[in-house]
Amino acid sequence: MLIIMENGNSSSKPDIPEFEKKLLERIRSSKIPLRIMHVCGTHERTIAKYGLRSVLPDNIEVISGPGCPVCVTPEEDINIAIALAKSGATVITFGDMMRVPGSAESLLDAKSEGADVRMVYSIDDAVALAEKKPELEVVFFGIGFETTVPANAAALLRETPENFSLLTSQKKTPPAIELLARDANVDAFIAPGHVATIIGTKPFEPLAEKGFPVVVSGFEVGDILLGISLLQAQIEEGISRVDNGYPRAVKPEGNQIALKMMEKVFETSDSEWRGIGKIANSGLVLRKEFEEKDAAKKHEDLYASALEEVRKKVGKKDKKRCICAAILTGKAKPSQCPNFGKNCSPKNPAGPCMVSQEGMCYNWFRYSREGGGKLA
Amino acid sequence: MCIAIPGKIVSVVDESTATVDMGGVRRNVNMDLLGGASESVIGKHVLVHVGYAIAEISEEESEETMRLLKQIAGLEEIDTLESESP
Repeated sequence: MLIIMENGNSSSKPDIPEFEKKLLERIRSSKIPLRIMHVCGTHERTIAKYGLRSVLPDNIEVISGPGCPVCVTPEEDINIAIALAKSGATVITFGDMMRVPGSAESLLDAKSEGADVRMVYSIDDAVALAEKKPELEVVFFGIGFETTVPANAAALLRETPENFSLLTSQKKTPPAIELLARDANVDAFIAPGHVATIIGTKPFEPLAEKGFPVVVSGFEVGDILLGISLLQAQIEEGISRVDNGYPRAVKPEGNQIALKMMEKVFETSDSEWRGIGKIANSGLVLRKEFEEKDAAKKHEDLYASALEEVRKKVGKKDKKRCICAAILTGKAKPSQCPNFGKNCSPKNPAGPCMVSQEGMCYNWFRYSREGGGKLA
Repeated sequence: MCIAIPGKIVSVVDESTATVDMGGVRRNVNMDLLGGASESVIGKHVLVHVGYAIAEISEEESEETMRLLKQIAGLEEIDTLESESP
């Protein structure tokens, strides 16, 4: 009964390539030009890794939107995290965030200069460290979209030690997608499946009301092909709505427990997106009741002078030539960047899109220079 | 960042924590976002992200994916597979 289950944990083993073949036939039978934007780095990873662009017909173009949380984390937030670490705090974050450059340097650079910067798998590991080492001032650099934010809320709703605080750079995805819908010359959207497990399908309805077909998709090849087919069907019928192509994980109402926890701890604010600018109501910051857990406020005096230095430091990279901003907004492809594959690679990234496993440049470099498409 | 790994709950550690088997790797996972851990969650499939179970993967809803596939690609032979499934 189960199909396209992510790890084959069903005892039945349907012929998955057969499903994919039929879906591809269905996709290829339509000649309507369709420019689809997905907004999730994990979608890009599947598309690039399995070479999906090379099997899609020429009339279907799939582009990557700002679906990589570390790529859209603004330089100033990274500067603050670095300044905190240089001022003596223990700054803890996810591995992806370590090498993303702020104005000049990354958290990893700060670590190599002696600052206490550490990586964890979960916020709970950071809380555990604060409990174990009361002499440390532990700051968790909480970046991410709605998929990740509930974990931060859950951690703060438990009692966390006094020496633990959160530096937030958290974002809501629907306002960014709505903004891109106005700007990016896109016909339809694949909405992020794991974000939707939390927020449900309703927050994407305003997009559909504006005339954009939307599908919430999972992350297997079959899921993405199914998503493209569902978008084509909407276009052919001349309608726009939000289809749930990932119903095995996404409920229309989302995860209500997680949403209530988020609501208790965080409130909506305007937020800066790297490469895009300020987007109204797209941020999630700590409510007043949790002010003493806000690292940016708690340690403001501690890191103020370090922050000035971090801001002023001259970067080693020629960032003017990095076109990450255009890539994040669907206006350029990684292969159009003069740095791509030359002085910018996952080992030596010039910009954020090459750092994260969810960055479009990373995936195009790692799996295929044309993102799993036809070679130029 | 938004990568979530599916796994099967194999045991309960405490009221907030369960052990999840993710493709052979077992890890303790926080269950607070799904209402906590109790014996009743053992055997369920969940998506795990940054140490937290964020969603249950529903077998019944997999049938909904089937329905979508049938509708969209005319995959009628799925009926055979469905009847053979446990």
